[in-house]
Amino acid sequence: MTPSAHGAGKGGARADVGHWAGPRRGRLLLFFGFSAIEKTSLKMSKQQPTQFINPETPGYVGFANLPNQVHRKSVKKGFEFTLMVVGESGLGKSTLINSLFLTDLYPERIIPGAAEKIERTVQIEASTVEIEERGVKLRLTVVDTPGYGDAINCRDCFKTIIAYIDEQFERYLHDESGLNRRHIVDNRVHCCFYFISPFGHGLKPLDVAFMKAIHNKVNIVPVIAKADTLTLKERERLKKRILDEIEEHNIKIYHLPDAESDEDEDFKEQTRLLKASIPFSVVGSNQLIEAKGKKVRGRLYPWGVVEVENPEHNDFLKLRTMLITHMQDLQEVTQDLHYENFRSERLKRGGRKVDNEDMNKDQILLEKEAELRRMQEMIARMQAQMQLQLQGGDGDGGAHGHHV
Amino acid sequence: MSKGQSGLGKSTLVNTLFKSQVSRKASSWNREEKIPKTVEIKAIGHVIEEGGVKMKLTVIDTPGFGDQINNENCWEPIEKYINEQYEKFLKEEVNIARKKRIPDTRVHCCLYFISPTGHSLRPLDLEFMKHLSKVVNIIPVIAKADTMTLEEKSEFKQRVRKELEVNGIEFYPQKEFDEDLEDKTENDKIRQESMPFAVVGSDKEYQVNGKRVLGRKTPWGIIEVENLNHCEFALLRDFVIRTHLQDLKEVTHNIHYETYRAKRLNDNGGLPPGEGLLGTVLPSVPATPCPTAE
Repeated sequence: MTPSAHGAGKGGARADVGHWAGPRRGRLLLFFGFSAIEKTSLKMSKQQPTQFINPETPGYVGFANLPNQVHRKSVKKGFEFTLMVVGESGLGKSTLINSLFLTDLYPERIIPGAAEKIERTVQIEASTVEIEERGVKLRLTVVDTPGYGDAINCRDCFKTIIAYIDEQFERYLHDESGLNRRHIVDNRVHCCFYFISPFGHGLKPLDVAFMKAIHNKVNIVPVIAKADTLTLKERERLKKRILDEIEEHNIKIYHLPDAESDEDEDFKEQTRLLKASIPFSVVGSNQLIEAKGKKVRGRLYPWGVVEVENPEHNDFLKLRTMLITHMQDLQEVTQDLHYENFRSERLKRGGRKVDNEDMNKDQILLEKEAELRRMQEMIARMQAQMQLQLQGGDGDGGAHGHHV
Repeated sequence: MSKGQSGLGKSTLVNTLFKSQVSRKASSWNREEKIPKTVEIKAIGHVIEEGGVKMKLTVIDTPGFGDQINNENCWEPIEKYINEQYEKFLKEEVNIARKKRIPDTRVHCCLYFISPTGHSLRPLDLEFMKHLSKVVNIIPVIAKADTMTLEEKSEFKQRVRKELEVNGIEFYPQKEFDEDLEDKTENDKIRQESMPFAVVGSDKEYQVNGKRVLGRKTPWGIIEVENLNHCEFALLRDFVIRTHLQDLKEVTHNIHYETYRAKRLNDNGGLPPGEGLLGTVLPSVPATPCPTAE
């Protein structure tokens, strides 16, 4: 493998990523650009991935190319992300998701009337799309919760949702403790967008109760929906009110990690801006409207046009930036914090649980032992067979072969 | 009386309707008070005057309605309040030495604020209106209508009208009380085209095209409250104040109050209240019994 061919190959794969992203980690993106996720996963590298160092250089061992290998492998493997959206119906959740990912996740949607809603309980609907951008694949799962907050008595609203989150953790735990760990599918909820109604004066009792119930299980990102209802002053007031109430009730929302000191100023500034805008107030739309001579996504009112991607109109761009540049971090926090919490709770509980749980565990152990024994026998038999063949049918027989 | 979840702009709208500070705005209770745990009834009386005509206006606000996690039967305090006013009037009417002008604290009109979700009515809205359309004139109003574009607005209104019809909810002006053909055609037009009114309220003034107008200023434009292209506030105001104010009072007196009175007298065996067992206060809330305790 000549260096030039090698370089060309890698350079080719990375040229598109390199030219706009420029420096290292995911930055302010001008378009959807989730292909920057791979950048954020290169925590080790301080070097530009496009640079390939000639291995003939003296004093060079070559492991500085490890990040490139990681990069290639992760691009091949693809990324997966699970996003949950929770909020009362009619707050524009589906529109926002469609706007964020530029797809139509709900092609045939029937919205039930109020009389039907009286009977309905909260349901969980997970839809998965595979989107690809510049060779980077993302398997995105959006978990929707229709029926949340609709009922007259919402006391049991969030039980279904919490059960779902726990079930995903449970499943992952089970897979992780299994024998065959090669293809574990990660369906754990990495992030939850909680939609707050702009019509109130802050958080409602249901909002507070729900967030307190899940803040230890999932990363919560509060979002103010339908932000075009509010004037700028009202928006500031509402944001401040919500932040105060979150603090007052000790709700743990997802905090963006501070930019490290070695990052450049732009990135630090961007992180600062993002942190100052939480909770994000967004407007979603996938309709193209003609405004000032160009076509923009927005909402057309008799008094003006609200542009979705205009930072002065709403925080949509900021939300998208945050989601993209911190997708990796969201997954890590889910893995390192929420999942580990769940796991330790679960295993602690496992010892003290009811009889059938214990029996289950014993059964599992027995099954595993039986499987091991079977495999050993099989190997022994195979070895014996080989020996027989070698000896040309010398009927020494038996399975006295070596014990593995 | 203005009803609806907190933050729908009820107080602002009432202030705009009567062009004066007749309602205590939520921003003043923002800082000290939290969302009340039970539905409260706050009545504030004002005397306003225009062109030599004085009107004693009482605005009844209901903070806490629909804000809790469990909103079952949250309409009961309101139903109770309305019936209490009827009871007061009734007692005064059957009094031996009654006043010439009985103080009328009955609720003449209930503005019900619907949240502009764009989808449909909420189950709570349906339940409330079902229970209360029989005791008071309900005028459904779509709050904060600047959330919706024109197509969304007309679709939403159509859906709401249909839902109200399907569920048998008679809002004011009720079809059965149209007295003559003229009334009927006029009211039909209002019922089928304009209601529920999609309104925007504001008490701030801005300069638009050289005039000072009430409106809301946003980075993408100024929403004028009294501009019919922007919202239907002017229609609501004309409807409630300029054309149907007296009718609201008459329907309340002739129909709702009489219904209440008839029921009370029937319950009491044809005798006026108070002439039953001595000192017994008969229950004044003919509401459906609540199945669950709070």
